[in-house]
Amino acid sequence: MIALWRGIDRRSQAVLALALAALVAAPLVADRYLLSVLTLIFYFAYVGQAWNLMMGLAGQLSLGHALYVGLGAYASALLWFYFGIGPWLGVFAAISIAMAAGAVVGWLGFRFGVEGVYFALLTIAAAEFTRIAFDHLDFAGGSGGLFLLYEERRLGEWWNLRGGQMLFYYLALALACGSIALAACLARSRLGFHWLAVREDEAAARALGIDVFRAKMSAVLVSSAMTAVGGVFYAFYYNNLFPAQIFDISRSIELMLAPIVGGLGTIFGPVVGAFILTPLGEALIALTAKLGIDIPGVKAVFYGLTLIAIIYFRPSGVWPWLARAIGITGRKP
Amino acid sequence: MRRLARSAVEGQTGQVRRTAMMWSIYLNVVVQGVLTGLVYGLMALGLSVIFGVVRVVNFAHGEFAVVAMYAAFLLFKTLELDPLVTMLPIAAAFFVLGFALQATVINAFIGRPEHDQFILLVGIGIVIVNGLLMIFGPDAQPANLSYGFDSFPIGTLMIDKVRVYSALAAVAIATALFGFFRYTETGTAIRACADNLTGAAVVGLDVKRLYAITFGIGLACVGTAGALMVMIADAAPALAPAFTLLSFIIVIVGGLGSMTGALIGGVLIGVSEALAGFMIEPSMKSMFSFALLIAVLVLRPRGLLGRRA
Amino acid sequence: MTALLAVERVSKRFRGLLAVDAVSFAVAPGDILAVIGPNGAGKTTLFNMIAGVFAPDDGEIAFDGERIDGLAPDAICRRGIGRTFQIVRPFPGLTVEDNVLIGALLRRPDVESARRHAQALLERLDLIDKRAVPASALTLPDRKRLEVARALATEPKLLLLDEVMAGLRPTETDRMVGILSALNRDNGLTIVLIEHVMRAVMALAHRVLVLHHGAAIAEGAPAAVVREPAVIESYLGAEALG
Repeated sequence: MIALWRGIDRRSQAVLALALAALVAAPLVADRYLLSVLTLIFYFAYVGQAWNLMMGLAGQLSLGHALYVGLGAYASALLWFYFGIGPWLGVFAAISIAMAAGAVVGWLGFRFGVEGVYFALLTIAAAEFTRIAFDHLDFAGGSGGLFLLYEERRLGEWWNLRGGQMLFYYLALALACGSIALAACLARSRLGFHWLAVREDEAAARALGIDVFRAKMSAVLVSSAMTAVGGVFYAFYYNNLFPAQIFDISRSIELMLAPIVGGLGTIFGPVVGAFILTPLGEALIALTAKLGIDIPGVKAVFYGLTLIAIIYFRPSGVWPWLARAIGITGRKP
Repeated sequence: MRRLARSAVEGQTGQVRRTAMMWSIYLNVVVQGVLTGLVYGLMALGLSVIFGVVRVVNFAHGEFAVVAMYAAFLLFKTLELDPLVTMLPIAAAFFVLGFALQATVINAFIGRPEHDQFILLVGIGIVIVNGLLMIFGPDAQPANLSYGFDSFPIGTLMIDKVRVYSALAAVAIATALFGFFRYTETGTAIRACADNLTGAAVVGLDVKRLYAITFGIGLACVGTAGALMVMIADAAPALAPAFTLLSFIIVIVGGLGSMTGALIGGVLIGVSEALAGFMIEPSMKSMFSFALLIAVLVLRPRGLLGRRA
Repeated sequence: MTALLAVERVSKRFRGLLAVDAVSFAVAPGDILAVIGPNGAGKTTLFNMIAGVFAPDDGEIAFDGERIDGLAPDAICRRGIGRTFQIVRPFPGLTVEDNVLIGALLRRPDVESARRHAQALLERLDLIDKRAVPASALTLPDRKRLEVARALATEPKLLLLDEVMAGLRPTETDRMVGILSALNRDNGLTIVLIEHVMRAVMALAHRVLVLHHGAAIAEGAPAAVVREPAVIESYLGAEALG
């Protein structure tokens, strides 16, 4: 980690340190609403990074990542609901289950040569199948949903993630920072380079001795594990889970937006993308509310248009351009 | 004694009658499934043409279908025109839309990495479906045709008239399309592009224009299918992603690039969904289709997988 | 001397077309063998079988005393065979240095030492000035040298070169020949190369194998082979290209 820090130039170090300090100090000055928006930004930066590792680095397109969010959320929520097992333990179950699902999807895809759009369809099918399955799992609440009770007496039990906005703010911030550090480590590691090779040209990668199947599988496993933790966060932050919401394909697409807009395959892409999209989305909703218009779908149309614009005009994302503009030589993907 | 015997015989006859009834119920379900499946098949045909020739992964396929549904619904509501009639102008409009879309936006993406293309179409899909949500709201809107509840009684079967008409129309359009691709010059040229792109260019075919025509045809299929679909289902934005997935499932199960495959796949899926919905539970019917998709993706023979995704 | 690579009566059929017909040859350590023949003679198919892209239908391939036919390409690379592709396949989105670094990761324990090894190879292959350039921006001759550097980074005992001179000007061809001879002479690298450019073949090869319609029709010292009537008739034409 120290080596990572030393590897960046002075200017970038200053910028990063400043940004981090500002975010850590934010709760002192910001109101609850702003903190909740920031929390959402960090959440999307985190799950976006998880998706970015698999797609941006290893080149495997998953359009069903909501599967891992949902499994992580339900696993930890159910453990709490039925057995009172807190999320700090529950997260391990969440990770295991999500990784198992990822292993199945990965094995089906990579072992049988299902690639490109076919693999993407496979991931969609897996997520949809699970969504419908959970609609019929009564012990998990079925389509009616699972609710974690708000218990006044438990406030302050940070180990059970029962707390106010500030608790979740710092947790989300920690997750987002952790995901950036992890991505930076991986991008420089042997595994990271294997992923890049697989992304660029599988046959050439094989000719260099890389076990392509293993590389792809490790990408799915890492990504699904990371995403599951986001699911745990989601469960204890929102306290209610519905299969139709958490496994839905629009969720899968939603978590892809930040890394794509920010810069696929880059380390800061997801966080930059989240900082752009989430506030704008929220602002749009606030604006329409103020104008008295309550039309569902406005935010999504905005996101769709942004996606089209980015992929058309600046497909490598905002971050590479931004980095050049402010003179950060920074990190190479 | 005699009463016992009679009731035993009656019991047996009753059982036979019940079994016969069960069979005819199942048959009813299957026939409805076949008819609905033919409309699905037409929708999938559009995707097969687009995916198979232009090699564009149209993730907005279902969204376009729902637009057509709303178009037909509006025309019916305001001008009281039957979708069987409006499907033709809608098809024409969609052809123009497809042609324009391909020639302008999508053409720029042909050389680019695959995922750029998916993302573009996902974005287009999001804008379309949420645009529809904004305009029409989330509630389902039915087109209340005058014969909407009528059926043809055939033997023990009661087959909805709307399903018969829409299925016949779908078959008619599909046949016209077969004819186009096999017997016309443009159709043959398009098939050449699908077969061997470099060869087609070398022979002097205007690939760009042919692509645009193909995309137009593909969307025209979708438009027609959507117009027909409003006869048997209520228009709602929520249908869009389901239709997209359904089309992909059908195209993959039926075999990429095969038009007959799309229709057969459509019928297969239509029947299996109808049966699954009837035998297990309506809300679980898609599960079967997804499981089928996974099975086909994983197990399909190497030869089909060779196609560029 | 035990052969490093022993190919024994290897055949490959593609749906009725016999692409490679019971070809046998052996390569001793430190040898340079050139495989020549008209287009469609089965040369790349032969390479692909050695490199593990597909398994032979008949016959055996042994490397360093062990059977390798049927192994996957990455396993074959780990055994010590490196290869280049007829149509070069650089990692386009990565820099020249990262391209070679990935190759070096096979034998080096960590990224840093792999990077150093990569840089040394780039020096040798005259690409060090371009090390931060994305591979997609390179000219063809540079891409060819990159391909060789990357394959060399895996520290192979045997290097399979598939038409690495194609498209190069005579000066660039000579440069590549120089690099390869030096590697053979100084590092003992064994090389098997498919080549059409006779200039390179005559300059580099210790021995030549001629394939025609999938079968081996001649084998021996370059000067002798190019004078054989069968070879001249099938491939070289009336005048041997210089």
